[in-house]
Amino acid sequence: MPSTFTHEFNTPVYKGKSSFNTGLFIDGKFVDGQDGETIDVINPTNGKVITKVSAGTAKDVDIAVAAAQKAFDTVWGLNCAGAVRGKLLGKLADLMEEHADELAALEALDNGKTFGWAKNSDVVASVGCIRYYSGWADKHSGKVIETDENKLAYTRNEPIGVVGQIIPWNFPLMMLSWKLGPALATGCTIVLKPSEFTPLTALRMCELIQKAGFPPGVVNIVNGLGTTVGQAIAEHPKIEKVAFTGSTLVGRKIMEAAAKTNLKKVTLELGGKSPNIIFNDADLEQAVNWAVHGIFWNHGQACCAGSRIFVQEGIYQEFLTRFTEKAKSLKIGDPFEPDAYQGPQVSQTQYDRIMGYINSGKEQGAKLHLGGERHGNEGYFIKPTIFTDTKPNMKIVQEEIFGPVGVVIKFTDEDDIIRQANDTVYGLAAAVFTQNINQAIETAHRLHAGTVWINCANQLHPQIPFGGFKQSGIGRELGEYALANYSNVKAVHVNLGHKM
Amino acid sequence: MAQPVQVTIPATGRKITVPTGLFINNEFVPSVDSKDTIETVNPATELVICSVAAASSADIDRAVAAARHAFNTTWGKNVTGFERSRLMNKLADLMERDAQALAELETLNNGKPVRVARDFDIGDSIQCIRYYAGWADKITGQTIEVDNKTKVAFTRHEPIGVCGQIIPWNYPINMWSWKVAPALAAGCTIVMKPSEVTPLTALKLSELFVEAGFPPGVLNTVPSLGSVGGAALASHLDVDKVAFTGSTLTGRKIMEAAARSNLKKVSLELGGKSPHIIFESADLEQAANWAALGILYNSGQDCTAGSRLFVQDTIYDRFTALLAEKARALKIGDGFGEDVSGGPVVSKAQYERVWSYIESGKAEGAKILNGGEKRQGKGFYVDPTIFTDVKPSMKIVREEIFGPVLAVAKFHTEEEAIALANDTTYGLGAGLHSNDANQCMRVSSALEAGTVWVNQYNMLNNNVPFGGKKQSGIGRELGSYGLEEYTSVKAVHWNFGEKLDWPF
Repeated sequence: MPSTFTHEFNTPVYKGKSSFNTGLFIDGKFVDGQDGETIDVINPTNGKVITKVSAGTAKDVDIAVAAAQKAFDTVWGLNCAGAVRGKLLGKLADLMEEHADELAALEALDNGKTFGWAKNSDVVASVGCIRYYSGWADKHSGKVIETDENKLAYTRNEPIGVVGQIIPWNFPLMMLSWKLGPALATGCTIVLKPSEFTPLTALRMCELIQKAGFPPGVVNIVNGLGTTVGQAIAEHPKIEKVAFTGSTLVGRKIMEAAAKTNLKKVTLELGGKSPNIIFNDADLEQAVNWAVHGIFWNHGQACCAGSRIFVQEGIYQEFLTRFTEKAKSLKIGDPFEPDAYQGPQVSQTQYDRIMGYINSGKEQGAKLHLGGERHGNEGYFIKPTIFTDTKPNMKIVQEEIFGPVGVVIKFTDEDDIIRQANDTVYGLAAAVFTQNINQAIETAHRLHAGTVWINCANQLHPQIPFGGFKQSGIGRELGEYALANYSNVKAVHVNLGHKM
Repeated sequence: MAQPVQVTIPATGRKITVPTGLFINNEFVPSVDSKDTIETVNPATELVICSVAAASSADIDRAVAAARHAFNTTWGKNVTGFERSRLMNKLADLMERDAQALAELETLNNGKPVRVARDFDIGDSIQCIRYYAGWADKITGQTIEVDNKTKVAFTRHEPIGVCGQIIPWNYPINMWSWKVAPALAAGCTIVMKPSEVTPLTALKLSELFVEAGFPPGVLNTVPSLGSVGGAALASHLDVDKVAFTGSTLTGRKIMEAAARSNLKKVSLELGGKSPHIIFESADLEQAANWAALGILYNSGQDCTAGSRLFVQDTIYDRFTALLAEKARALKIGDGFGEDVSGGPVVSKAQYERVWSYIESGKAEGAKILNGGEKRQGKGFYVDPTIFTDVKPSMKIVREEIFGPVLAVAKFHTEEEAIALANDTTYGLGAGLHSNDANQCMRVSSALEAGTVWVNQYNMLNNNVPFGGKKQSGIGRELGSYGLEEYTSVKAVHWNFGEKLDWPF
């Protein structure tokens, strides 16, 4: 019998109790993994175990897929009207709103982001995303296409069927919403693997999904490791589509596995090394504020983080001074402290990785301008870190660090900066700061990135698509565009009179 | 006249407070210069329910000013699609909460059975509001490729502005929802004139509008005579668009007034004389059910009523016998009665109109297969009336009756059926029943109607557009198409790289 996790929050910013089942959520029930395994969930502020949760294996994925297929064939897919699917998503959003603070607290406990950010940013965005897609459920129309009067030709957007979804640990609830929203709106059923580092909000959501009225088998949540559950999903012959958000390294494996098995459709949201270009005529104060948000938001654990900050020579010194001041002023502390901006990184592994990059920066001769060390004695806290005087081929300039480490690079040539910004295998996002709108638009159009922010950074809306060029990914999430990821287009040709 | 009155539903004893003032800026107020009132009548008992304030032309001015102010400050481009969606979903929640009470009020004023009002009229209305709530944050323009080196071009789908909406008495709540939902989703503000015959539920819904949290002035409700309020809206210089559902006769006046005043945009949902064709391969039992529904639903008071039935000669006798049986099987009575499938027609005026058509049918020589006899006693009842042996020139075949009166004719070939069906200035709905798939495709393609039902009739969906060809109307309601009626496209050409030489 899977256990119930109960936690009493007694913090300056949130007091309340949370209690939920930690089993695998398959076919509307909570169950132990077939092999009885569990995963420890660690509190990143102190490295201690919060609780255990059930961990699945390939066998559990099989069971989940069977349940999802049955639901698709009987009570979901096109057996359930779009308006009804939309209504259930609306109900889910209502329930998330009702439990907003509890979800925020669980997210902060599990991931290490502050309660404030979780509540005002993550949970709000998650609810908004589910609501947005609830509106699409009965609106994803096909087309009627004219050929000649002896034929009626039309397309249908049919749900693909059982889809596999694998989400990361940096925005657990928000990534869950980005996946559930469009898949459920289009009528697909789901086998989803949360990150083994941050399973708590996904587990809490299982009961909300039940309460909202989704039939058993429509959403199945199988916690487990990437190498077991994730691999099983990528290889499964009965899963027709896999959606993955995570590292480019793992993204390749998913796509390979898909190619080797049943050629399932693949969408990937991978890494980035996004450039933030600040021209001389930028509103300097604003550019500094956005640049801080660009790299230090979520402790730098954002795929679209503006981690290469290019500053034009004329304002470089002033920018660096102000940027450093702002970075220094960011309060690091326990996620439940009222004025904390930044909590710990999510895990020991990530901590080690980031510290590894910081050391590489020093070793390769970059100038450590700020930070570069642990904060405190407990937990995975890293101080906001700034490197300057780098060379393009340094690891800290080329590779995704995924931590609060920014690289500030001076530039002179307005034309060459575009080449520099594009000089990366990644292409997820980019930001441009200038008061010259012509320059802004031209630059935006020349940057090889799926999202370009002009005079802002890291702004996401459920209705605007998001995704990568080049090795940052395949496909788009959010907006109407995401619906295509979960639809199979069928063209129907009705012969009204052509004789053979 | 602005104080709410308490209305008692005789059948259930429920007491409903009905506001009787004009709803402007989220408040119920008396007319600014008129003591005129509108009396509402229960069509099953012929008794007066209550009176409400009638808006004058000066009141319309006030309402338009309120809508304009809201559009410029709290609505229109000043509110996000996300927020509009939230408020609309809240309104739908409240309608769901009060569905039974609203249904009883609707039945009291309109006569339709309570069960139908609640489960169909109000059920569909709630879904309509939710459907359009889902569109509110999805109204996108396009970016359009021009010269990549110098220019970006894109469109914005902006809300049109202040919209006058004039709705009929046959589906008061449902027609209210069809109008209000897309307008709100697109960001427009509204001056709504419900029918003078059935203003009560529109006033009650205005209370829910306030409760949902909409800012003042976004919706204004001004019951009024068509010749006063309707005319004022159609000719108002500060109304950007008028949407009207009603008779073709009045529709023409609205369009004329729009043309003469400020060329406001016009959308019209008008009358119909919809053909319903039964081919020999049809499932006759089912076809008879749909054909009966087509003319008897809502006591025939439906713009898409399948009021001209064409039956293939090979099945004519069998089918008409079935049809008569179906008509006789329906219980028509007080909307609060048990097992009642249809109520009275809505008013004395309609009652007299429909009966005069029935008399004209008899006078012009059509044969009566069912009905045609007046009841004794109270209530504006018209029992299902079926005419056969009709000729294309008869009034009952050419003109819209808007009651449970069916004209049945025979045909031989498919071509003949199509020709007969299309022989009308109307083009709202059409139905055909056949088990021959190619025939279904051919005939549905040939019929000149905005909605064609194949092996069905009457059933609409909120996401499928609805509207008329020919003189049945202009524009479409429902579906994404319905949104287009409330958006105005602006194209923006943004030069960032072209310098203009002078002289050029």
